[in-house]
Amino acid sequence: MRPSDILTPPVGGRVIFRINPVAKLAATAVLGIALVLSIDWVSASVALGFEALLFPFAGLNFRQFARRTLPIAIAAMFAAATILLYGRASGVSHWRFLLVNVTDGSIELSIATLLRVLAIGLPAIVLFVTVDPTDLADGLAQVLRLPSRFVLGALGGMRLVGLFAEDWKSLELARRARGIADRGRLRRFAGQAFALLVLSIRRGSKLATAMEARGFGSPILRSWARQSRFGWREWLLVAIAASIAAVAVGVSVVTGHWNFLAGA
Amino acid sequence: MNATTTSLRPGPRRITTRWRVVDIVVASVLGVASALVFFAWNQIYAPVTAPLEAVLPGSQALLYGVWLFAGVLGGLVIRKPGAALFTELVAAIVSALLGAQWGGFAVIEAGLVQGLGVELIFLVFLYHRWSLTVAMLAGATAGLAMAANDIVGYYLASGPAFQAIYTVSGIISGAVIAGLGSWFIVRGLARTGVLSRFSSGQLTPR
Amino acid sequence: MSPASLSRVAPLSVDARGWGWRHAGRSDWALRGLDLRIEAGERVLLLGASGAGKSTLVHALAGVLGGGEEGESDGRLAVGEGDASRARGRVGLVLQDPDSQVVLARVGDDVAFGCENMGIPRHEIWARVEQALRAVGLDLPLRHPTSGLSGGQKQRLALAGVLAMRPGLLLLDEPTANLDPGGVIEVRDAVARVLEVSSSTLIVVEHRVDVWWSLVDRVVVLAPGGGVLADGAPDDVLRREGAALAASGVWVPGHPPKHPDRRGRPGETLLRNEQLSIGRGSSVQTGIEFPVRAGECIAITGPNGVGKTTLALTIGGLLPAIGGRVRADGLAAGLGADPLRWKSRELVTRIGSVFQDPEHQFVSGTVAGELAVGARAIGLDERETSRRIGPLLERLRLSHLATANPFTLSGGEKRRLSVATALVTRPPLLVLDEPTFGQDSRTWAELVAFLAELMDAGSSLIAATHDTELVAALADTELRMSTNGYALESRVH
Repeated sequence: MRPSDILTPPVGGRVIFRINPVAKLAATAVLGIALVLSIDWVSASVALGFEALLFPFAGLNFRQFARRTLPIAIAAMFAAATILLYGRASGVSHWRFLLVNVTDGSIELSIATLLRVLAIGLPAIVLFVTVDPTDLADGLAQVLRLPSRFVLGALGGMRLVGLFAEDWKSLELARRARGIADRGRLRRFAGQAFALLVLSIRRGSKLATAMEARGFGSPILRSWARQSRFGWREWLLVAIAASIAAVAVGVSVVTGHWNFLAGA
Repeated sequence: MNATTTSLRPGPRRITTRWRVVDIVVASVLGVASALVFFAWNQIYAPVTAPLEAVLPGSQALLYGVWLFAGVLGGLVIRKPGAALFTELVAAIVSALLGAQWGGFAVIEAGLVQGLGVELIFLVFLYHRWSLTVAMLAGATAGLAMAANDIVGYYLASGPAFQAIYTVSGIISGAVIAGLGSWFIVRGLARTGVLSRFSSGQLTPR
Repeated sequence: MSPASLSRVAPLSVDARGWGWRHAGRSDWALRGLDLRIEAGERVLLLGASGAGKSTLVHALAGVLGGGEEGESDGRLAVGEGDASRARGRVGLVLQDPDSQVVLARVGDDVAFGCENMGIPRHEIWARVEQALRAVGLDLPLRHPTSGLSGGQKQRLALAGVLAMRPGLLLLDEPTANLDPGGVIEVRDAVARVLEVSSSTLIVVEHRVDVWWSLVDRVVVLAPGGGVLADGAPDDVLRREGAALAASGVWVPGHPPKHPDRRGRPGETLLRNEQLSIGRGSSVQTGIEFPVRAGECIAITGPNGVGKTTLALTIGGLLPAIGGRVRADGLAAGLGADPLRWKSRELVTRIGSVFQDPEHQFVSGTVAGELAVGARAIGLDERETSRRIGPLLERLRLSHLATANPFTLSGGEKRRLSVATALVTRPPLLVLDEPTFGQDSRTWAELVAFLAELMDAGSSLIAATHDTELVAALADTELRMSTNGYALESRVH
């Protein structure tokens, strides 16, 4: 997946594409906050279970889903492995070597960590894939009432990323043409990254002038050509997320596994 | 045409704390560029830091400063209240959109916390001092914030030794990679003349 | 909503009295003591040498110069009744770089942007958007992505975005400088169409006079440092100042830049292209066959997108050929015949490539450093390096810039620097991509003379270009590419 792909999300007719990005933001926030408060496998797995039921409705086919979620799956396993080896010790110790101490406690916590990372991260990734940046900006400014100067200025800057890929290719070829592409890969990478930064800042300054030339940034109250709606579908999504969070936390508390901030 | 004596003193620059459009756009360009660096780093950080983790668990944070430089860079270039926080947040949001493996919310929350760390230092100096020391201090504070955030979010179940090493490594990494690194980058940028609309672009006046 | 509503906009006048501007941090004034009056509804072409402050004036009229944080002003500049700094929204400005003016990702949204900023109600915004797009002749659906548009389309999109705001003063700052000939005509026709229905005042800044000749009724020439050099009807100004303008770099019809007329005597074959298929990913052209001989200049021409740059990069050993081969036996000197296989430090002494955007090739912090990069890559010692760099700096008039950062150079200086860096390693073959793109006539003449000198000394040149004057001045052979294939034409008589 190329970075520039992100600014042209897959277009589709399914409902999920039309839901206000602010609602998706709120849904992931609700789930995230609820699940981050405790490390236990019950709340995480309950949440994950319900989420798995809903993933088919997210507008991604299986291949896309697998591709986008692979990084978090790997990261979750790394985090779990860390906890397994170095986590807080309790119960019977199964293996000890230098600072490594695999115990009953650390095994349980590592499973919980794995599930927790997935339960928080998967829905976020899945929901954000179908977000159009312009719609997100509209939502942030109209629904959340964030200052439009900042939201749109940021959007303008972000759009310039589409040009990065072409520039990067050109910069690479140029290094070969200059005779320096044989050695020092890291140094060349840093040089290219710096050059890209220079070009982008210059383009950004020019874009800022162009935006000002179209009246942007003046004290006049701005109107909106596209209306950002927050209707029943949006509330439904947030409600679904809140319910999953509530059920997950509830089950965990009832079964006694709830570990507020890991028993601190 | 009026005959004029060319003044040898350079023209004045009256700085306001209000953000101009160019401040906002360039801050987000910096944020996006940083997000791309984060994206690239996300792909390779695990195998690169694994040896560190194997030798001394917690020391992998010595390389985690890469995720902190956006705020320091933004603050040093734009030099206005909120610049550091804004840039780090934009970097986090774009990073989340690119599919950062920890999921959108966690990435953005981390960006917020880390950005606040940097912003705090610049605020303490009243947005008036932008020296190397201030930059490194800001990076170090971001490192501290990152360590605290990561421990609460991922490593709450690990032992105190791990947490201590992680925190110290994070602070060092922030100071060096994010603080010193950003300062050098800004200096290089100023030399190319691309920061001419900012006070950070002032070298020797022409 | 009819086009007639565009003509109901009240045009604005421009009044400068002793006006000047100095950018923050600079000691020289960009413009000083300007006295100029432009009446409402006039169509003006603004000319002047580089550095005369044309761009500064136009930015000031649009109210985007920046106020106290970016510089200081002197005197008075009024647009209509009010001061120029409060002109935002009543003045429309179209800038030079097509890519840096696109604000949003969809065509309709981008055009609507200006209207949104002025607080216009939603239903009227979309009516104006449709109207503006029709006025510039951009027949695209509103949801069409802006990223895939050509340069000419992007400039017309910017023009539409500005028109939707119904400005009383329309400013165009070198709108066609970064476009290929097709794009230049597109934009010019769009502006002509707009002028037929709109009564706005127009100020155009360009250094190509022939494009805007018939559209303006007044020409103003600015002198470097401030003040007006000439002012009047186009024919008058041209008669009086034509030669001086041409000397300062403006492309004046009737005063073409001087260049040496040369025709080479091609020597041995350096490189052969055999049944070459080029493309990036998928094939764009197939079956290309032609030799490149010593002392010869081959121009690759054709419309945008046909593959000129791709061919240049393939021959230069930078892109792999999709099919067929590039056989550089005459250049190999001990290596294999395929330039793609050569290491980059072997490539620089055989084929030098100069890119369309010089900034892509800058790798050092100083001009002298740039030139030294190639020398160091092939292992030359300090003495030999300075022996080669010195004369190149002299010949290309870059000596006084030896310690300057390459990014701070002017357009012409950057172009000369990028050619110089390719020559340090003395490659027998030089491949250039659009070497005269966007240059004023003075830089153009210098570059052409320099390239002619190189060829007389035995170098070969391949230039991918759509500059017909360059082809006429230098090319021995022209490779004309089109979507159906290509044609080789010899220009030696």
